[in-house]
Amino acid sequence: MATINELNERIHAGSSEEIVAEYLERIDSSKLNAFITVAKENALARAKEIDSEGHEGSLAGIPVAIKDNISTKGILTTCASKILTGYVPPYDAHVIERLKEAGAVIIGKTNMDEFAMGTSTETSFYGPTRNPWDTDRVPGGSSGGSAAAVAGSEVPLALGSDTGGSVRCPASFCGVVGLKPTYGVISRYGLISYANSLEQIGPFATTVRDVATLFDVIAGYDARDSTSVDKEVNYSSALKNDVSGLKIGVPEEYFGEGTDENVEKTVWNAIHTLEDLGATRVEVKMPHTKYALSAYYIIAMSEASSNLARFDGMRYGLRTEDSDWHTTFSQVRAAGFGDEVKRRILLGTYALSAGYHDKYYLKALKVRTLIKQDFELAFKDADVLIAPTMPYPAFKLGEKIDDPLSLYLADVDTVPINLAGVPSISVPCGFSHELPIGMQVIGKHFDEATILRTAYTFEENTDFHTREPEGF
Amino acid sequence: MIAKKDLEHMGWLARLELSEEDKEKYTPKLNSVLDYFGELDEVDTEGVEPTYHILPMNNVFREDEVNVPAKPLTQEEALSNAPKKQDGFFKAPRMM
Repeated sequence: MATINELNERIHAGSSEEIVAEYLERIDSSKLNAFITVAKENALARAKEIDSEGHEGSLAGIPVAIKDNISTKGILTTCASKILTGYVPPYDAHVIERLKEAGAVIIGKTNMDEFAMGTSTETSFYGPTRNPWDTDRVPGGSSGGSAAAVAGSEVPLALGSDTGGSVRCPASFCGVVGLKPTYGVISRYGLISYANSLEQIGPFATTVRDVATLFDVIAGYDARDSTSVDKEVNYSSALKNDVSGLKIGVPEEYFGEGTDENVEKTVWNAIHTLEDLGATRVEVKMPHTKYALSAYYIIAMSEASSNLARFDGMRYGLRTEDSDWHTTFSQVRAAGFGDEVKRRILLGTYALSAGYHDKYYLKALKVRTLIKQDFELAFKDADVLIAPTMPYPAFKLGEKIDDPLSLYLADVDTVPINLAGVPSISVPCGFSHELPIGMQVIGKHFDEATILRTAYTFEENTDFHTREPEGF
Repeated sequence: MIAKKDLEHMGWLARLELSEEDKEKYTPKLNSVLDYFGELDEVDTEGVEPTYHILPMNNVFREDEVNVPAKPLTQEEALSNAPKKQDGFFKAPRMM
């Protein structure tokens, strides 16, 4: 695992092309299935260009991997779904424009749960990604390819998207750092929508500093996303090794039934480490946490049923044999979507349909208000909240995939954050039986600076982030 | 409880053809999720406003001009991924 600083030194002494070629080789010989598409020619050509012309950008010559639901001009973008077979976007997402301006080299598109609907990267049409810490286990999801690629040293930096935990969960399972920013901080222009009121693009790296550097590049206002927020911030400057006086709230509701004993112990040890460094603990109560999971899934599925209506085989992707209008679209969608996507579209349609709208969709939106209020109240006393990212370490491939509800339950600690739209960062904080454990540091709206500082201070005073999976 | 005929109706509304096998397979799984969602009935939401968006949403206006804020795709770009096209148009299936 190499940091941006280390790679910069190597690029100055040698070349970006050499580094990109090295990573390409690692991807080529990998058993993780972290990538759907490797942009080999493009990446090498871009690296060469940067070597010969020079580039002043903060990521000049550094390879970055992109989750396959983020549009990349000229590079296949599939959302890990059969329905987007052969789709090559004619434009770049805002974050891709930003990366290119900063000199980054797009090395490929990473594997994910189909349309980002999952917690394990097992629903991909292109087969599951494996966790480098134990290849019989899942990397988490839905941005599992991005996290596994960073953990397996196949790329130093990656982008994912987080609708209900899809950056933080795989960061936790793969032992890397992952950030879900405040809703609106990063433009969603070019992110293929799943649940638009919940999702944000987020960065992955092996250190908090690298996450902040990547975040600085991709954050910022974009008129093409009407929910984009106009705020200029320098996140890297927030990185100070200092938590003295920081007030940490620890919501006991996040250590509920089903939380692994070692996860609970490890996260508490991390909290005590921060206390030893000068932070203090304050009491917080978040009584509606228990209902977040249901509210989240109802809202996400409802939004998905609407967002995924665009996939009909007319403008892009799979087209089956033509029949009449309705039958053709129904058959294209039946042939193109996988089981989990179909189930979510059906349940979302149900929750929005006449007779059930108020019972499910409207009720979930009201519960969302109560969850948001829990956060507002907690942040009156606390500067940050700390909780486990996931209730347990990575589970085995196949263990939960046949029981959707048990898979949904794994998201219990991550979904409330998306409902409230607040930022949260997952950092490695220990191990259980050689599997990484992540803790999340949750902040107030637009207060990424404080969660980054907390995570950075923890990292500077511990060495969990320096451990690497054997053989990678 | 979702019955088979409800599922068929959802499939129609969502333009998603379901095989007999799909219906058999999905019904118990969807019902176990819906059962779980039933826990929301416990929450007192009397007088609580729904939250559609987490941040205040303002209407965003723009000048009525081409290229603002995004440069539109050319016809060729827009059609570049179409599985079926004819004379510069997307080719749709017949209506009836």
